[in-house]
Amino acid sequence: MTKKIVILGAGSAGTMVANRLARQLGDEIKKREVEVTLISNTEKHIYQPGYLFIAFNEKPSEHFIRKQEALVHRHVNLVYDDVEKIDVEKKMVKGKKQYQYDYLVVATGSHPDLDSVPGLREGAHNFYTLDGAERLRDDLAAMEKGKILITIDVPHKCPAAPLELALMLDDYYRKNGRRKDIEIKYSYPIGRIHSLVPVAEWALPQFEKRDIKYETFFNLEEVDPKRKVAITMDGSEHHYDMLITIPAHTGAKAVLDSGIGDESGFIPTNRTTLKMIDQDDVYVIGDATNLPISKAGSTAHYQSESLVANIISRLTGRPETAVYNGKVACFLENSLEDASMITFDYNNPPQPAETSDLLHWFKAVYNELYWLNAKGIL
Amino acid sequence: MSEVQVTKSIDARGAYCPGPLMELVKGIKTAQVGDVVEVLSTDKGSAVDIPEWVNKMGHEIAYLENEGDEFKIAVKKAK
Ligand SMILES: Cc1cc2nc3c(=O)[nH]c(=O)nc-3n(C[C@H](O)[C@H](O)[C@H](O)COP(=O)(O)OP(=O)(O)OC[C@H]3O[C@@H](n4cnc5c(N)ncnc54)[C@H](O)[C@@H]3O)c2cc1C
Repeated sequence: MTKKIVILGAGSAGTMVANRLARQLGDEIKKREVEVTLISNTEKHIYQPGYLFIAFNEKPSEHFIRKQEALVHRHVNLVYDDVEKIDVEKKMVKGKKQYQYDYLVVATGSHPDLDSVPGLREGAHNFYTLDGAERLRDDLAAMEKGKILITIDVPHKCPAAPLELALMLDDYYRKNGRRKDIEIKYSYPIGRIHSLVPVAEWALPQFEKRDIKYETFFNLEEVDPKRKVAITMDGSEHHYDMLITIPAHTGAKAVLDSGIGDESGFIPTNRTTLKMIDQDDVYVIGDATNLPISKAGSTAHYQSESLVANIISRLTGRPETAVYNGKVACFLENSLEDASMITFDYNNPPQPAETSDLLHWFKAVYNELYWLNAKGIL
Repeated sequence: MSEVQVTKSIDARGAYCPGPLMELVKGIKTAQVGDVVEVLSTDKGSAVDIPEWVNKMGHEIAYLENEGDEFKIAVKKAK
């Protein structure tokens, strides 16, 4: 009997897992002992970290988009479908068609919810969607003066991105000579400018030196787009000319509708085995988990290493011994020209590397290498 | 602590980013007034961070305990 592995969602995590499995299980797939099916609800694969560079018009959108087909190994059975139901009892997922599985990998990601705060959808810009990044690009270029307010809600993916946005905005307007007429105000929900103390300490002197204003304990509750004010939990009003938001995220609609996630649609997951809690045949990877670690592409990358090893062990009758240790790596752009980076795991806290042009260059190189990563080669 | 009824418990042990406090903020947002959200943390900063945010937002600390390197902090949503 063919063992059926179904991977739901073909973003960073799902594509990596499918391709890694296909590369390592070539013989078994050819002999039809194993089948790897990847279900995608979109034909385009977008490299989301590119949104930041689209917003600053550093690269055109197409630079960060590939056809899903071009990324997927020939041994993967790629199907396009929008799954509505995940049924772990019947071991199947259902969209236009039904897919029975022996092992399921849920990789449906996390999604910014512009309806999480009243008025946000009408009032705010964002750079967490392709449309949002393109509109932001045009409006940033057109902005001559005024106040840009950045608001951040939890949970959200790529915890470094809002900080990078503020630092890059400063450099962008310095370079075009408008910085003196544009106020940049960054806000953060807790008592410092980033959840990680070492990262907050890395960025704070830059904020002070470069006159980037900030407010902490800033918890957005409502936006009034007509008056251009953001209203916080304590009732105070904050004027803006342009509001850039990182809204709270939810898990995928299919997860919410199937009732297998928490109230925000994130799936309870074992932190080292990446199995869904109480389900031996369901693995969860990337942003779709409820793990209290960064929702980042690098997280998905490191997770795919142990998850794929365990699935292969299982198929070949060996014990599943690979352990995910919580590893994450993030670049921290300090301007349009230099950057720092951090790596950390469950046991080792992050410490930002010294900021340099070399690290910025390294991020630019990774942006190109990503496609090899998605193909399961890197 | 037996007298406090915990509505939801968040295991943020070993979490650096987004961190225990950010997990709590998320937990409190989706909780109802009166609910108690408990966070388990191995980050000693949590013992300072969490009460600070809780006081600022007008919620209440139900208890704060530690055993070795592990903290258990429960917050009652007040509004
Ligand atoms: C602006 C920005 C900057 C970022 N910068 C970085 C960075 O510098 N470094 C870093 O590591 N990470 C970064 N990230 C985060 C990174 O992009 C995500 O964490 C990563 O994409 C997560 O991978 P994933 O596969 O879990 O989710 P995704 O890549 O989002 O993929 C989920 C996929 O599932 C599909 N799907 C959902 N529901 C269904 C369904 N019902 N049926 C079929 N398919 C479905 C979606 O269409 C999507 O293709 C950034 C993100 C943003 C927005």
